[in-house]
Parts: sequence; C-alpha cells; structure tokens
Amino acid sequence: MSVPAEPAVEVRGLVMRYGDVVAVDGLDLTIERGTITAVLGPNGAGKTTTLETCEGYRRPQAGVVRVLGLDPVASRRDLLPRIGVMLQQGGAWGGVHAMEMLRHVASLHAHPLDVELLGTRLGLGDCGRTPYRRLSGGQQQRLGLAMAVVGRPELLFVDEPTAGMDPAARRTTWDLLRELRAAGVTVVLTTHYIEEAERLADQVHIIDHGRLVLSGTPAFLTHGGARRLEDVFLEKTGTVL
Amino acid sequence: MSALDFSPQPGAAPLSSQVRAQARMETRLLLRNGEQLLLAVVIPVLVLIGGVVGLTHVDLSLTHRPVDELTPGVLALAIMSSAFTSVAIATGFERRYGVLKRLGASPLPRSGLLAGKVVALLVVEVLQVVLVSLVGLVLGWSPSWSVAGCLGFVLALVLGTASFASLGLFLAGTLRAEATLAVANLVYLLLLAGGAVVLPSSSYGAFGSVARWLPSGALGDAMRAAFLDGAVAWSSLPCLVGWALVGGYLTARTFSWE
Repeated sequence: MSVPAEPAVEVRGLVMRYGDVVAVDGLDLTIERGTITAVLGPNGAGKTTTLETCEGYRRPQAGVVRVLGLDPVASRRDLLPRIGVMLQQGGAWGGVHAMEMLRHVASLHAHPLDVELLGTRLGLGDCGRTPYRRLSGGQQQRLGLAMAVVGRPELLFVDEPTAGMDPAARRTTWDLLRELRAAGVTVVLTTHYIEEAERLADQVHIIDHGRLVLSGTPAFLTHGGARRLEDVFLEKTGTVL
Repeated sequence: MSALDFSPQPGAAPLSSQVRAQARMETRLLLRNGEQLLLAVVIPVLVLIGGVVGLTHVDLSLTHRPVDELTPGVLALAIMSSAFTSVAIATGFERRYGVLKRLGASPLPRSGLLAGKVVALLVVEVLQVVLVSLVGLVLGWSPSWSVAGCLGFVLALVLGTASFASLGLFLAGTLRAEATLAVANLVYLLLLAGGAVVLPSSSYGAFGSVARWLPSGALGDAMRAAFLDGAVAWSSLPCLVGWALVGGYLTARTFSWE
C-alpha cells in the first residue's frame, strides 16, 4: 500500500484547559501513516484530552489539529467513518449483549468486517447473553476494541486498550494491532504499560504536564536496549508509572 | 489463520439503514427492560382494570361510563410513561455508560440517533395503545368513532409524545443517571395521582383549572375529547405544543452528550 506523504495526525501548539487546570500545554505531535505510535505518560499528562481532541470531541482552545488532513471538528462527519475510536471505558448499553452491540456498530458502516469472525477472534462469543454491565472489565475492553475496528478504519485511536485485560487477552490485542498495521492501518494508542510501548510501537511519544518530553523509536530511546524505557521515562518525567 | 481482512475500507452505511438499525436496537432494549415494561404496560393496565372496578362503587359524578372515561386517560398515561419516564431513564443511563459518546464517534449523526429514538418510541407506543385498547374493549369500552376523533387522537399522541420526550431529555441531560431515575419515577407518580391524566381535570375541583395546563392534563383531556366527543381538543393541544417548545428549548440549551 502506498503511503501518502501527509501524516495521519498533526498537532501544533495544542492548548486545552479545564477551568484553571491546564491539561495540554502547547503540545506538538506528528504521527506518520502505517505506524503504531504509543503516547506514554503518567496520569493527568493530557493523553486522553489530546486523543479526544483528535477524535473531534473537543475543539482546540489554541493550536491546530489535523487528522488525515482534516479539521476534526469542522469536518467531523467526513472524518468519523474513516477513524476507529476505542474509549477508555464504557460505550455500550447496560442491557445489551456483546455480539448484539458489535453487530449494531457494524451495521452503521458501509463495509464492516465479518462480525462473527471478529467476535471469535476477540473471544466475545463466550459473553453470550450476559448484559454488558455484568461483563468483566477485560471483556468490556475487548468489545470496545472490536467496535473500534469493525468499520475498517484507516486510523485507529485506542485509549489504554489493555487496561484490565489478563495476559492472554493482552497478547491477543497486541497481535491484532500488529495485524492492523500490516494491513495499512495507522494505530495511535495511549498506555501506562512501558512493556506495551516497547514491544508494540514504532514510535513512542512521552508526554507530561501536557507537553511533549521525548520522542523516538523504542530502540533510540533505550539506546539500542542498553537502558530500560522505564528508566528513561522516569528520568524525563520524574514520575513512576 | 483468521480470514479477517483489516485493510482499510471505511465508509458510512446509508443514513436510512443506520436509522433503521438504531431504531431496531432501541426498540429491543426498551422491550427487554423489565422495569420499563412495568411502567409502560403493567401499571396502565392495572389502573384501567382497578379504575373501572372501583368507579362502579364510587361516584365521581362523571358524565360518561367509567370505562369510556378511563380508557382514553389510561392511553394518555401509557404515552406519558414511555415518552417521559422511559426516555429520561434510558437516556440518563446512555450518558452514564458512554453510549452517546461512543455513538458520537460512529458514522451515525446526531439527527440519525434522534430519529432512531423517535421511531423506537413510536413503535413502543403503538404496542401500548393496541394493548390498552384491547383491555378497554374487553371491559366494555365503546369509543365514539369519527374522523375528527381519529385526527384528535393522532395529534394528541404526537404532540403529547413531543412534549413529554423533550421534558424527559431535559431531565436526563441535566441530572446524573440515578437522580434522573428517581425524579422521572417520582414525577410519573405525582402526575398519575394529581396530573389529571387518568381522570378529567374537571373532576379535580378547583385544582382542575391548574391541572388542565399540565402536560399530563392537556394530554389526558385531548385523549378524552378524541374518544368521548369524537373531537379535536383545540383547547388542550396548543398547551402541548407550548410544553414541547419549552422542553425543546431547555434541552437544546442544557443537554450534554457525555
């Protein structure tokens, strides 16, 4: 697949405040197409706010955001079918069954993935007729991921995709994200797990207090594996993850 | 090996099929919820049966037979329960569980989401009307049939739904889900008892002149006009339009999708 020169995501000087709290403070970020990019940072670093601004939920208070070359607020209707969004939590009715919900989201898209295959792949078939509100955290996360990819997006935003998953489900998720990249999908994920960023990402952006602290490939950031990413992270943010 | 092809092929389904899917989903969820069904069907039917039995022993000096007076009122009650209480509670929990937020990131536009809700609500209301009418007929209800009456019924249903649903959305958009649940049920009970919905506002004495301006009283009186007199209630329907405008304005000003 040919990769257009234009980056998948471009953020310039983004500022977002909630009252007196500055969540994002002049952030610059470029995400190339066809990559898996991890945005790493401690709690309250501004990861989710940045993602939600890229998804068009929030209007930038200052700065410029371009996603697939579009303004995510002004061109939201054109952009939404092209991106997949996995929220940090929730996103389904309390009484809905997992596969029923996935089928519903699929029906909103023009060329959805095979729902049964995707459900099997992510172990949602086991959820049966259990209502969403009684699914385990890991099951809810897997449904969230399935809903994000079912529409065959070009660009996928996943907010802490493996939080609450057991190790097997985490592996399944990593494999799926790698497969998406191989198929030409750009993946942007936020995470607390250093290991996840190290194993999965082509590019890692460390942000803290709403600013970009450090960017690079995992190999570059760890000096070819001589240092642990966790130590680099700690040194740059002064925070334990 | 899985046969999943992840290569990007994005696109929105046609709006009409998105709205159909949304309406089907919302209808299924409404009918699955036991508490909502209690409110939507069981309570109205019990009120109808209990009222018809009770009013043969109590003299409220109604001008018509109890069953003819009560069935239109119970139809109004059923519509109120779905359009107000069910809509408020369901929407409150949709905000709480992030459903509105999640669908906000799907190809379904907000107008499509609202259209889906309206269709689902109308489907449930039609089921309620059929069921309550059947119970009424079994109890001896003999409505007066006329073109004007049918028009009056449809207008009452549509305008009553619009006014109660807009007020329900206002509630759900302002309060937390639990508070919405409590308030929506409380308001339903208060209007059931004192809102001139099941019994005509004229039977409430002096309070009747207030009650007939409530959305419950206006809807109840409009239903009674349709089925007792075979007429369009030109005095009550503008009141419902007014409440719909108030509710719509408040919702538009305050509603947040998260």
